[in-house]
Amino acid sequence: MDRVPILKIGEILLVSIQIDMEDQVALQLQEDLADRIVATGTHGVVIDISALDIVDSFVGRTLATIASISRVLDAETVVVGMRPAVAITLVELGLQLPGIRTALNVELGIELLDREHLGEPDQEDVVIEP
Amino acid sequence: MSDEADVIEVRSDQDVVRVRQLVRTTAVGAKLSLVDQTKLVTAASELARNTLVYGGGGTVEVVRVANDVRHGIRIVFADRGPGIADLELAFTDGYTTGSGLGLGLSGARRLVDEFEIDTAPGRGTSITVTKWCR
Amino acid sequence: MALSADEASRFATLLEENRDELVASWTDRVAATLRGRLSHAELERQHGELGKGLHAALSGGGRLLTDEQSAELRAQLSELSSSRARQGFSATETAVSVFALKDAVFGILDRVGGDAILRDYVAFTSFVDDAALFTFDSYVRVRESLIADQAEQLLELSTPVVKLWEGVVAVPLVGTLDSARAQVVMERLLQTLVDTSSPYAIIDITGVPAVDTQVAQHILKTVVAARLMGADCIISGIRPQIAQTIVALGIEFGDIATKASLADALRYVLSKSNGR
Repeated sequence: MDRVPILKIGEILLVSIQIDMEDQVALQLQEDLADRIVATGTHGVVIDISALDIVDSFVGRTLATIASISRVLDAETVVVGMRPAVAITLVELGLQLPGIRTALNVELGIELLDREHLGEPDQEDVVIEP
Repeated sequence: MSDEADVIEVRSDQDVVRVRQLVRTTAVGAKLSLVDQTKLVTAASELARNTLVYGGGGTVEVVRVANDVRHGIRIVFADRGPGIADLELAFTDGYTTGSGLGLGLSGARRLVDEFEIDTAPGRGTSITVTKWCR
Repeated sequence: MALSADEASRFATLLEENRDELVASWTDRVAATLRGRLSHAELERQHGELGKGLHAALSGGGRLLTDEQSAELRAQLSELSSSRARQGFSATETAVSVFALKDAVFGILDRVGGDAILRDYVAFTSFVDDAALFTFDSYVRVRESLIADQAEQLLELSTPVVKLWEGVVAVPLVGTLDSARAQVVMERLLQTLVDTSSPYAIIDITGVPAVDTQVAQHILKTVVAARLMGADCIISGIRPQIAQTIVALGIEFGDIATKASLADALRYVLSKSNGR
């Protein structure tokens, strides 16, 4: 089975999905990523989906789950590079991807993480959920 | 004009990927616009996964179709699974008996031009979708 | 009605033996209806070719325009109608070019004389009528494709996406938005966001006369799609009546930023992006 590689670049983890993922591969990525977040103690994950020509509800749900798991592990996830045709299709499909932050490309994604989390540690984290 | 149909047996995850690739190739061949290709492949992915997960496997048949005024692609997803008892409920956004987001059926229907479903409890499910070239 | 073998061969012989006279008289008649918009020499060349094609079809054993032997002739006729259609001639003017052959043939039959004149003439003209109708059909087909092409070009013209500032693109929408145009706008805007890596888009609807539910839906979908890609959309130029319609229709713009003018929208975006 193929595996999606996870790269550590500076303070963040970069995942670039380059293959048409089987469902199992997506689930494996979810596990691998949780492990790597804990192992590296990172606060930011960038997932590049610019090579994906479709995102169906399964992949969408996996991305949302990854974002939630990361948040529990104190890491912010940004999904970058979604193609226009994919975005239009997701809107039609009715998939909202709540809780997922997005940016147009890897560079803007890293910028977003820098601005929101890595730059000013811990202050923003004092949010008491009901 | 009706070309030869391509048939894929759906028994595993890999087969769902093969369905996506076949639909993509056929859609490119039929000169669907990029957005329409993406919509059709996404719908096929949803429905092929349903065939696998809820129907316990089955077949997906992809064929190019044409009538006097337009041409397009027709895909038939058939399984011999338990069938769907309450169609109205199955088409409700967010409803799922499995672990998905509950967007498969209702979402896929919004992504194609024609959507027909033939099902009854114990008789399996057959879904036919068509996307026309603009 | 198919020509009999006899009629076809007599028709072919007549074409062959009187070629120059026929082409000349045919050309005179057509030139009169086109009133100098095609040169005499050009028409003469076209008619010479058609005459040869007709002769080839008939002497090759063609009895009907739809016969296999007439394939070459059909190609010539569609070529003729396609060039006439593109040059802006009317359907009548195009069909008359073929119909005029009947008069020319009649002139010659009349002079040559013989027992079977009337019978032959009727047989020939039915063949020529088929050819003229075929020309008419191809003319319409060509015009339809011309119109479709133009509609597409118009669509491209009417939806510019401009880069307004570093990181800010804008689409000034002008005119009625139908479903097809809205889709083109949506795709083009989203693609420009990627190409220019602009996280902000301003959709200016100052030039849109009316907003119905469908148009509003398209705008909303564009905004949601842009958000999924990581860009923010601001809608500007909502006129008072349109604001009233939007509320009356019960359309939820939700948390989408709206500004009165394009300038306000740009100022808003710049203040947001400077805060980064």
